[in-house]
Amino acid sequence: MSTQTAESSTLYNPPNAVEMEETIARIRSHKGVECVIIMDRRGAVIQSTLNDEQSSAHATALSDLTARASHIIGMMNQNDSDDGDDELTFLRIRSKQREVMISPEKGFILVVIQNHHLMGS
Amino acid sequence: MVLQSSKSTPTTKQNAIPSGSNDLIKQSRRTSSPVSKTRKPSNSTKPVQTQPASQKKKKKKPKDAHSSEHDQSTTTAFHEPIRRLIKPASQLELSAQELGEVVTRVLTGDDPDVPKNVCKFSFKDKCYKPDPPGQGDNMATHFSIQGSSMHVDSEECKKYREREGAFGEQMPKATNPDANGKVASETQTTTTSSATSTAGKTMKTDHIKNQFNYSDRASQTFNNPLKSRGVHTEPPPKTQFSEQVTQWMIYDSYKDECIINMMEHKQDSGSRNVSFEDKLASIVLEKGEAAHDKSDMMHSKDMAIALKIIGRLVNQNAEDEIFQDFKYYEDKADTIKPGQGTLLPLWRFSTERTNRKQVTSLCWNPLYNDLFAVGYGSYEFTRQGVGMVCCYSLKNTSYPEYVIGTESGVMCLDFHKHHPSLLAVGCYDGTVSLYDIGNRSNKPIYSSSIRSGKHSDPIWQVRWNEGGSSKEMNFYSISSDGKVAMWTMSKNEMKMEPVMLLKLANNVSTEDLEETTLTGLAGGCSFDFNTSRDNLFLVGTEEAIFTNVPRHTVANIFISCSADWIIKIWDHKSTQCLLHFDLGNAVGDVCWSPYSSTVFAAVTTDGRVHVFDLAQNKREPLCSQKVVRKARLTRASFNSKDYILIVGDDRGVVHSLKLSPNLRKLCFADDETKDEECENELGNADVQRMKMMRLLASIDKKYVQ
Repeated sequence: MSTQTAESSTLYNPPNAVEMEETIARIRSHKGVECVIIMDRRGAVIQSTLNDEQSSAHATALSDLTARASHIIGMMNQNDSDDGDDELTFLRIRSKQREVMISPEKGFILVVIQNHHLMGS
Repeated sequence: MVLQSSKSTPTTKQNAIPSGSNDLIKQSRRTSSPVSKTRKPSNSTKPVQTQPASQKKKKKKPKDAHSSEHDQSTTTAFHEPIRRLIKPASQLELSAQELGEVVTRVLTGDDPDVPKNVCKFSFKDKCYKPDPPGQGDNMATHFSIQGSSMHVDSEECKKYREREGAFGEQMPKATNPDANGKVASETQTTTTSSATSTAGKTMKTDHIKNQFNYSDRASQTFNNPLKSRGVHTEPPPKTQFSEQVTQWMIYDSYKDECIINMMEHKQDSGSRNVSFEDKLASIVLEKGEAAHDKSDMMHSKDMAIALKIIGRLVNQNAEDEIFQDFKYYEDKADTIKPGQGTLLPLWRFSTERTNRKQVTSLCWNPLYNDLFAVGYGSYEFTRQGVGMVCCYSLKNTSYPEYVIGTESGVMCLDFHKHHPSLLAVGCYDGTVSLYDIGNRSNKPIYSSSIRSGKHSDPIWQVRWNEGGSSKEMNFYSISSDGKVAMWTMSKNEMKMEPVMLLKLANNVSTEDLEETTLTGLAGGCSFDFNTSRDNLFLVGTEEAIFTNVPRHTVANIFISCSADWIIKIWDHKSTQCLLHFDLGNAVGDVCWSPYSSTVFAAVTTDGRVHVFDLAQNKREPLCSQKVVRKARLTRASFNSKDYILIVGDDRGVVHSLKLSPNLRKLCFADDETKDEECENELGNADVQRMKMMRLLASIDKKYVQ
């Protein structure tokens, strides 16, 4: 076994359903975390810790934003002939109060909103 | 009486009519009866009108007759009866002129019984309106008969005769008598006669039909008109596709499918061949076979990675201050007090599951600077339980990246230098196991058993032998049963090879591999390889009071610590220690720093961390800081890149401490070369060696070159 495989295996370990749920629960219980939303690329909520109204409102806005962001990356790609395979991997929006972390993946978007303002106090 | 009836009927009808229309009714009564108008003046004079002349006579007569009648009745009993007119008293006396007036009487076709003041509601005008009798209302049918009689002279009759004549000669005979009269002949008789008389006529069939009330009827209905309608749709999209297929492509695709099938089979049988499975999994992923269902998506590989990143981000946001300290904070007090240093506590690493366990071992990962493994177990014989290995990352300080549970308490662990995911673990029950932390399974790749050979006492140290001549990987273990063993990884198993028995000697406590002149078994506590010569290693035993003997960058120098409060620095060629330090408490662990040859750290049971830099102070520690309140510190380890020291305590908590600038000087305090220059210099190892040699020279004359 080479170093390469060791590295890849640390990154791409076989996913474990129970562990994933635990991880989500852990992130959710983390200091300042307001919500965890999982939605598909079109903004349909799959799983959310908020109520339906809020999460669907968040989901539509954020999926739209993500789509725009990836579109922008695509546009920048066209100008940049060297790197044709660039892709949006992460989106962080930081405001005075909170930080929105968006992780766009193939079939879904993972969003965590954390209030960093409260954590200091 | 016509008059009376015509008068009375409207009044009765009038009762039934709404009162609002009384005027109209009166009007209609006045206007609509010409009979009553004409008769009006002659209301009471009707009998007079009939016999105007006689009435006159009779009028005059009664006066006379009244008296004479009595006479006559008595006198002439058999006289012709005398006609007398009894005239009512109210009768109008008419003059002769009036009597001579001719009153015309007109007969009209109006039916007096028909009400003339009918009102009907008109839906059109939305009010009641008089409905005078029309033409049809006054018609009275006295008699009606259905039949087909026709006038003899009429056109119709002529035609009929012509037609009858065409049928036969006899027919006129039968009809003639009738035809002579004015009444039309009855057709039934003619038809029956013609039917019976002339047999065999071809045209006869037309007349079989009932001639009385037969009517030829035909009706035409509308045919539904035909309509045509057309709709344009967009044609389905067309794409052109062409590909060439060669034999080897077909072969390859079959091969892939075969591998996938094999993999599925393997997964079912639960085999543990890591590399093979990884390879297959990667093939499957490349082929896009991984299901992207929603249910699977929630637990997909992508999701795992995304969650991991998000988890780290969240943690970083939450502990932003500590991260800032870790990266940028330098204690300014160090510039004021040159001979002293401080330790800045950063993160605490702990989970609920390790609260009651002791940290028995710490090991940084050689590849990932932020990753370290912590072994949990217990040093106390009476409080043994299950053990655990947790791998923490500085990138996510709140929760371990990997957690591995073991049956027995973990006593020691070591990462392989070139295969950083391989972790050798030694347990309290004497077993050694090899884990691949990337595998994420709780099961070891290899584990020693009684069959493969194992230690009978707790293992105190495991250490990979990296520079070994053999191709197969191997590691060494030492146990308090007095044995040192080498474990070799072959394809399917881990082989134990006893290296030596530690025999008790009187004076000699450290051993070369070649010179084993010991008698009796001594419990081994620790060992370490020489940095430059792989066949040379040091062993610490229980009999000798060493518990730890970390090697040093300078080949022949090593350090030892023990529970008797004393740390000693040795040269392996000499039985006398070069330096010794009394820390006033049992020393749990001591370790050389990776960046400076003269710096080492020691942890004691009173919860203090002591950091020495022999280049700055040969007698006292630069820093002696209490980092835990009640717990005893058990282990310490330096990070190889960042100036971070992690210490473990017996409550299962690992503390990370940042070294202040004074604790990490790379050069001698009085040296002219600056730290930065030392860092930049390529031969840092040489500089460090020089530094140590200079230190040794100051201690002992024999090191002076």
